[in-house]
Amino acid sequence: MKREMLKFLLFVVLILVAPLAFKGGYLLNVLVFVGINTMLAVALNLLLGYAGQISLGHAGFFGIGAYLSGILTATCGWNPWFAMPFAACMVGILAALIGFPILKLKGHYLAMATLGLGIIIYIVFNETVDLTGGPSGLSGIPNLAAGPLVFNSDIRNYYLVWTFALAVVLFAVNLADSRVGRALRAVHDSEVAARVMGVNVRLLKVQVFALSAVISSLAGSLYAHTMTFVSPASFGFNFSVELLTMVVIGGLGSVYGSFLGAALLTLLPELLRGAQDYDIVIYGGLLLVMVMFMPGGLVRGIPHLFRKIAGIGEGAGNA
Amino acid sequence: MLEVSGITRIFGGVTALDDISFTIGQGSITGVIGPNGAGKTTLFNIITGIYSRTSGRVSLEGRDISGLPPERLARLGMVRTFQNIELFGNMSVLENVMVGLHTKGSCGLLACSLRMPWSIAEERRLRKAAGKWLEFTGISDLADDTAGNLSFGKGRLLEIARALAVEPRIILMDEPAAGLNSRETLGLAHLMEDIRQMGVTVVLVEHDMELVMDVCDRIVVLNLGRKLAEGTPREIQENTEVIAAYLGEE
Repeated sequence: MKREMLKFLLFVVLILVAPLAFKGGYLLNVLVFVGINTMLAVALNLLLGYAGQISLGHAGFFGIGAYLSGILTATCGWNPWFAMPFAACMVGILAALIGFPILKLKGHYLAMATLGLGIIIYIVFNETVDLTGGPSGLSGIPNLAAGPLVFNSDIRNYYLVWTFALAVVLFAVNLADSRVGRALRAVHDSEVAARVMGVNVRLLKVQVFALSAVISSLAGSLYAHTMTFVSPASFGFNFSVELLTMVVIGGLGSVYGSFLGAALLTLLPELLRGAQDYDIVIYGGLLLVMVMFMPGGLVRGIPHLFRKIAGIGEGAGNA
Repeated sequence: MLEVSGITRIFGGVTALDDISFTIGQGSITGVIGPNGAGKTTLFNIITGIYSRTSGRVSLEGRDISGLPPERLARLGMVRTFQNIELFGNMSVLENVMVGLHTKGSCGLLACSLRMPWSIAEERRLRKAAGKWLEFTGISDLADDTAGNLSFGKGRLLEIARALAVEPRIILMDEPAAGLNSRETLGLAHLMEDIRQMGVTVVLVEHDMELVMDVCDRIVVLNLGRKLAEGTPREIQENTEVIAAYLGEE
């Protein structure tokens, strides 16, 4: 328990000082996205890594959060601080209503159902032009503000987004090692045994699905208020798959793994920009190598790699 | 205690169980035996709410429990173990037992995630209780091991510890001695006696005749989906129909 707290505090310090390394640079803007993607990856990991239930529609929940926040503030003139929790509640209710029937499905069937859900949401964003602006997007979304402090620069957005992201990380770390977290992990390993132990599996799945959607919605709201513009292209099927990749590359069931996955998949395309047309090839190749050689994800693979290197060093010393 | 009356289960055109009835007394150890394919495991799955029945009724202490799902039965005091051991393989031994204590806690998603003071207190209480059950089954030294790495015999003990953590009034064990060596089987016999001493009723499906004859007060014999006989171990051993079913009749 104490070790978990220490780990978290180290992580907080890392996040607080990170902007110093990227002072004023354009990469700071990318780090804002790392924060948003960390929230999303952790949210999906609660569902996939803990409870073992897949979702290929999480970009949809992210999108609804962004659009609801955008529409309520830009079109209806709400205060963003009210729009954000309102959107999260709406998404939570929606996810619970949808979750009840579709979480009865397992494996590939659940993947298909959530895939369909994501696509339907994407189509709605595109087609309800009066409300969302359709394919050309919705602009004029106000920034969040705390009194005279308006979150309109990269550095301010960085600390704003990461305040939420760190809260989500702490929330998820706490959950893992608790009565409900254990029940979730039990469902992952043996659903029938979990039921025999008195775990209401059906309700639990719906709860975690809704929770995951609520966090995604909050990330969406933050996205809308930091970007001040949203368009459907950000919330399509591709992004759902990217989120899934973050969770798997980072390490299933590990909160910090989700951060690593989110950081890698967000930073990599930027770092590979120099390689011009070959970037996508290198990107794909790297992911392939990582999945092949680190099946447990970065969070388990990197320490293993270090131990291996240290082992080789010792071996050479003895010889 | 447990009353099974007229349980019938038809899979497609096959009658897996045909009008099975028997009663199990409080604090007894009852064995359900029969040749392969007799319907023992199907019967267990129906009693414990995993399969649905075609017709018939199961009642626990006078209360109709037929068709209730396993998570409801756990709260009513019925728990089971599985033939192929269903552990939570990625979790520690202690955590496995703590899942068994799920119904003994009440903290929800938010209280757990926000680490409310009462959730911390509850966590401490559950951890302590889980330790007690590991001690009872004699696997305290394995508390921090990953459950998936346990030997079959230790895994079986953990499964029983986890089931007992539910504080059941009746425990159903599906072939608890399968895969155990003779020393482990002996330990299991003692453990069952200890469980009975706590006032928990035990029902087991078992192929190990020595164990069944040794620990059971009563035996129910199934054959081809029907109840063939019921009685004390001695009566069953002398029953010509049972002998015929096991050895094949001329």
